[in-house]
Amino acid sequence: MKARLLAVLMLLALVFGAGAQAKEIRVLVANHPYGDLLKAAIPEYEKATGVKVNVESLQESQLTTKLTTEFATNSSSVDVFMTRPLQEGKMFYKNGWYEPLTSYDFSDYPDSAMGVARFGNKPYLVPLVTEWQVLYYRKDLFKKAGLSVPKTFTELEAAAKALDSADVAGFASRGKGAAAVTQISSFLYNYGGAFLDKGVAVFDSKEALEATRFYGKLLALYGPTGVTSMSWENIMPLFQAGKVAMWTDASVFFGQIVDPAKSQVTAADVGIANMPAGPKTNNPFFVVSWGMAVARQSKNKVQAMDFIKWATSADLAKKALVASIPMSRDSAWADPAVVAKTNPELVTTQAFAAKNGNPFDRPYMSAVGNARDLIGEVIIESINTAGTSQKLADLAKQKVKQVNELLEDTGEYGMY
Amino acid sequence: MTKGSFVERHFKILFPLPAVSFIIVMMLFPVIYTLFLSFTNWNLTSGMPLSLVGFKSYLRVLREPRFLEAIGRTFSFTAIAVVVETVLGLAVALLLNREFKGKSIMKLILLLPLVATPVAIGIVWNLFFDPTIGLANYVLSLFGLPRAAWVSSSASVIPSLALVDIWQWTPMIALIVLAGLASLSQEPYESAKVDGANAVQIFTKITLPMISPTLLTAMILRSVDALKTYDIIYAMTGGGPGYSSETLNVMAYKYSFEYFRMGQSSVILVFLFILVLAFSLGIMALRKRFEL
Repeated sequence: MKARLLAVLMLLALVFGAGAQAKEIRVLVANHPYGDLLKAAIPEYEKATGVKVNVESLQESQLTTKLTTEFATNSSSVDVFMTRPLQEGKMFYKNGWYEPLTSYDFSDYPDSAMGVARFGNKPYLVPLVTEWQVLYYRKDLFKKAGLSVPKTFTELEAAAKALDSADVAGFASRGKGAAAVTQISSFLYNYGGAFLDKGVAVFDSKEALEATRFYGKLLALYGPTGVTSMSWENIMPLFQAGKVAMWTDASVFFGQIVDPAKSQVTAADVGIANMPAGPKTNNPFFVVSWGMAVARQSKNKVQAMDFIKWATSADLAKKALVASIPMSRDSAWADPAVVAKTNPELVTTQAFAAKNGNPFDRPYMSAVGNARDLIGEVIIESINTAGTSQKLADLAKQKVKQVNELLEDTGEYGMY
Repeated sequence: MTKGSFVERHFKILFPLPAVSFIIVMMLFPVIYTLFLSFTNWNLTSGMPLSLVGFKSYLRVLREPRFLEAIGRTFSFTAIAVVVETVLGLAVALLLNREFKGKSIMKLILLLPLVATPVAIGIVWNLFFDPTIGLANYVLSLFGLPRAAWVSSSASVIPSLALVDIWQWTPMIALIVLAGLASLSQEPYESAKVDGANAVQIFTKITLPMISPTLLTAMILRSVDALKTYDIIYAMTGGGPGYSSETLNVMAYKYSFEYFRMGQSSVILVFLFILVLAFSLGIMALRKRFEL
């Protein structure tokens, strides 16, 4: 009798034990400053809720690969994940991998950010990080050369020329084909060009070609050696080693380039300025680079929803902004206590980009991975010839045709 | 007639069963499934379910100039890497094929590149190859030589990647050849010495012919592997600058996981499979013909 009772008790313990263990979620984050911040904060969340959070962090393209493989084979146990709206949003939405977030309060997010978070009438992802293009520059080198920070492309070229030496590259920006696409975008816009217009590729327009030639010329004449194989991962260490005078890239890198553990350049010598204006306008990109979403395949949606609300909360956003991670939430930028602790140049460039920015830094389409490689071919041709290529227009025309084919393949041609 | 148990009656099926099922599940199935996918239009960016489209994906891939270039590059990378590895590997093996102090330490050091992780190797070599702050150019500058662009220029990227492959895999050839040398009979050498042959003659007339079956086996193994190289290239250049270091495997990866065009990616892999198979069969036929 006693033995039977014991057995029943053990069985009960097992059942309830298993019930308690089910409060566990799997979260995939990117190797990104916000992913790191989140990982550090998760123990607090686990303590407060009793939910065990299994975090995996991956480099951004590997994150997409992992998510895609798991979702496409219907074998995913991912509950919450970081996602890049402009790179994979359309594709993930089309395949039904995002859970609609109808119960989330989006009132704290600007319209420009919500534009890429919504599909149809429903929101599918929470905007997390908003980046805009800035000009990082070395204050000490500018002072020594008696130059002022460039406000136009003409001044940018003059400054690059003046600051370029055997030891220091006057100007750097990404030159590695596909990676360069996002960084040439502001140049394109400021010349009056675009990647897509009403769902049709137009980066072979006169304005777009002028911008591409200008970008190629700057990098070829004043850029670091081997720039056509450089993305931000390669340029940042050069800037940190003091080998670059000016660098245009996303605002998110400021925290890392002045990190005394990694950089030989002191924070006081690094300035952040608005992108210089082009001949037509000044509309640098201002984009939601990262968002967070709940997986449609998740079996723990209640816990997942609770987690995403915490992980994208205003409190964490403020903490992140103080650590120079540019967040999407309006309230973070409106909090005087937070703004006081944030780099003032980051604040002023954010205000400028929020007002004038373009919400896309790449062609917004499902097949963007392939499109970026195709546009990258044009950029590399321009850099290799210092912008003087005779065949640039023909090449761009040919690539436009191929990008339009991709739009047709995915049923997005002429749709916007 | 005695009737044994089921197991006893089916030994010849049961014993190979684990190995056979492993091969079917892990090797045959992926190949057949890839072949199946190559006839579909599976494309995740379209969000549509996959359907059979015959040879449409094949035509689309064959139309890409990039695909033909990748085939050429796959072979040129393999040729550079394997030829240099064979020559160096043979030389190293001959050097080590004698008794000297510290021989076992030398062999141990030789083994190290073989056991290193390719991605880690790629990252470290990328640091060496950085054109501005890299070690390779610093060393060149010490000798007063001009800076090289290494993997940053489309002209030098394939030889630079082959250099990394050579660094990693020469020891494998050396070790195989060393094992072959150790098993050679000493008699021909003794009679050659008696006949007054010099070192060059001994090498070209005795060692090389006797070692050539081993050497050829090592070359085949290495070539098949080099044709399929993916990790080092992807980790170091991702196929760039532009597409200038894109081999078939790297291209297939990009088609799958950057473009999400699974059907067309399968086409590329089917071609790679056929090329590697044809290459191996060709070498085997040659070997038979020349009785090596």
